[in-house]
Amino acid sequence: MSGSRDFTLRRSNRRNQIKEYGIQAVLIACSFVAIFTTIGIVASLAFEAFHFFKKIPLTEFIFGLEWSPQTALRSDQVGASGKFGVLPLLSGTLLISFIAMCVATPLGILSAVYLAEFAKPKTRNLIKPMLELLAGIPTVVYGFFAALVVAPIIRSMGSGAGFQISSESALAAGLVMGIMLVPFISSLSDDVLNAVPQALRDASYGMGATETETITKVVLPAATPGIIGSLLLAISRAIGETMIVVMAAGLAANLTANPFEAVTTMTVQIVTLLTGDQEFDSAKTLAAFAIALFLLVLTLGLNIVALRIVNKYKKKYA
Amino acid sequence: MPDYLLTTSPQMAKRHKRHSRFQWYGRVAIAISISFMVLMFTAIFARGLGAFQKTMIGVDVEFAQSVIDPQGTRVQVDLKQANYKPLILTGLQEVVPDATERKARNRLYKLVSGGAVFDLGERVAANPNMIGTTKRVWIAASSEVDLYIKGKIDENLDEAVRRLKDQDIAWVNQLKAEGRVKKKFNRVFFTSGDSRAPEMAGILSAALGSFFSLLVCFLIAFPLGILTAVYLEEYAKKNRLTNLIEVNINNLAAVPSIVFGLLGLAVFLNFFNLPRSTPLVGGMVLALMTLPTIIIASRSILRSIPQSTRDAAMGLGASKTQTTFHHIVPLAMPGMLTGTILGMARALGETAPLLMIGMVAFIVDVPKGVTDVATSLPVQIFLWADSPEKGFVELTSAAIMVLLMFLILMNLFAVYLRRRLERRW
Repeated sequence: MSGSRDFTLRRSNRRNQIKEYGIQAVLIACSFVAIFTTIGIVASLAFEAFHFFKKIPLTEFIFGLEWSPQTALRSDQVGASGKFGVLPLLSGTLLISFIAMCVATPLGILSAVYLAEFAKPKTRNLIKPMLELLAGIPTVVYGFFAALVVAPIIRSMGSGAGFQISSESALAAGLVMGIMLVPFISSLSDDVLNAVPQALRDASYGMGATETETITKVVLPAATPGIIGSLLLAISRAIGETMIVVMAAGLAANLTANPFEAVTTMTVQIVTLLTGDQEFDSAKTLAAFAIALFLLVLTLGLNIVALRIVNKYKKKYA
Repeated sequence: MPDYLLTTSPQMAKRHKRHSRFQWYGRVAIAISISFMVLMFTAIFARGLGAFQKTMIGVDVEFAQSVIDPQGTRVQVDLKQANYKPLILTGLQEVVPDATERKARNRLYKLVSGGAVFDLGERVAANPNMIGTTKRVWIAASSEVDLYIKGKIDENLDEAVRRLKDQDIAWVNQLKAEGRVKKKFNRVFFTSGDSRAPEMAGILSAALGSFFSLLVCFLIAFPLGILTAVYLEEYAKKNRLTNLIEVNINNLAAVPSIVFGLLGLAVFLNFFNLPRSTPLVGGMVLALMTLPTIIIASRSILRSIPQSTRDAAMGLGASKTQTTFHHIVPLAMPGMLTGTILGMARALGETAPLLMIGMVAFIVDVPKGVTDVATSLPVQIFLWADSPEKGFVELTSAAIMVLLMFLILMNLFAVYLRRRLERRW
């Protein structure tokens, strides 16, 4: 800058050029952090998981029906080798996510439809931030509420109806997680619904359809891919959610589809395996990384599919 | 006008009815979500409000020279560590003379907090002139008594399952009848670290741990985030590398937070050997987690700045860098700061990754820097929620209230910044 005043243009130009390149290099370096993070995540998980699979064969991990990661202190101990079958964890995760989605899907989509199609701007401006507030509450708060209030209510309701419900039932965790997911689904679906061209609605009204008929028969079908995308994103969140299940779901690895029983999830097991004392060569610790790798593949897969659907949909009406 | 236009056909009425029903579905759906939130807040607030007050018991303590400082040296450490237990007990026995047996005396002493002796020690050390006098001092009651005074213990419950027995309750009522029980603001909750005893536990060390973590997180994530956004929006050409970076950022935003914790454990702790359980590592993990949020928010702000600004700067002979850093970045700064604050608010509530890097510990001392062992507010909530003592339920709820207050403050600050500084184009 200062060099340009004394007309020694050539030299200052070169200096400026170097400065430009230098700054660009810094900027590129910064944006590489994202790539390094991804590499770091995948490499660290894969590396530890690789060590794990040297001890426990991959097939046993994926197809094993039992999960009890206690490793023996002495080799001659009874039950010396722990069981590392991921299926009970997967089933528990899916059960809780399923319950959560059963709550979140209707609530989320109906809220989105109401906000996007029916609500007056004033109501919308009032309700949208409130739903967003729901998304901003830390999950540890949901977990505390689930364990302290929701689980006892469900248990006493169950015993009133003659059911035997475990105090750490999948139902309590799932219900609360469902409410947590409502704002994700509603805000994404809201965007999707707003992207449906007005012309489609007008055409429908022109044919004499009522507002509801227009929504259920024209707008929603047109928005279906986008809504499915938002649901997939919500599922991926549910699978990776940790604190609610750590606090409200159990540790017992039951292979069950009964929502009244205690189940455990992949994230819960990662937390239990890795908090407290740990040696880095035991199969127990390494198992956490194998689960995490599995979790990462699952959530990223869902996410990539979801984003692809949403983007395709956006292009359709752009 | 023909008749059929004035009367609604049954068919039409049915369709309209369906319409209003459908609208109600939407209203009910929203009402369910919002009433759940209201229920959650009321449940937590109702439990947590009590924690901001604690029960004190007034005891006439005779600060006997022979017990506290027999040699009369007035050495601070000795004053602090003197045996105050018999003094407190004697004071209590003045009100409750029937507790003479050893067992009964021990039970009686359990009415006051285990920290009361340290509290008295501090007071005497601060004011040695007290020695030799008899004064009524207000000392903290034990958590059980505290809960009883706040009406949170069911007296009708079977005595065997209660920790506070009938005898204890009778004593407490005796003390109360003499006006020796009062509730006062719970300062300890804000000025001390964790403790095994609920009446002595506080959130200061956890809050400072959170603060240091967020500080590290901000120092890393803010510059990295905005520079990445600037590169992608202003400099990068559309090519495979840029595309790769973008895909990476979008995917990172979807990675479950616990996986970031594992990254921190494997890379920062085990590979780089950074100190375990410290805000430094916690902040680094949180920074990587919030980075995608900041980048995505900053990019949309940069995109909203009109091209004419760039053209004008370029037209006056500014270089690319000058255009970007003298004109575009300052204009985008409020928006980028807003996005960063919102990202940090998310990071403040994050628990799972911090569990992985060992910030889940019993921390009594207040951390003084980023390399001191610490915990964080949400982790403290998690730890207290797990504690079996009943008194911690109250503390957990109160800590949640404090956490939510910080979150609301951060969000309000972001909104304020946006309103105040952001421009509309």
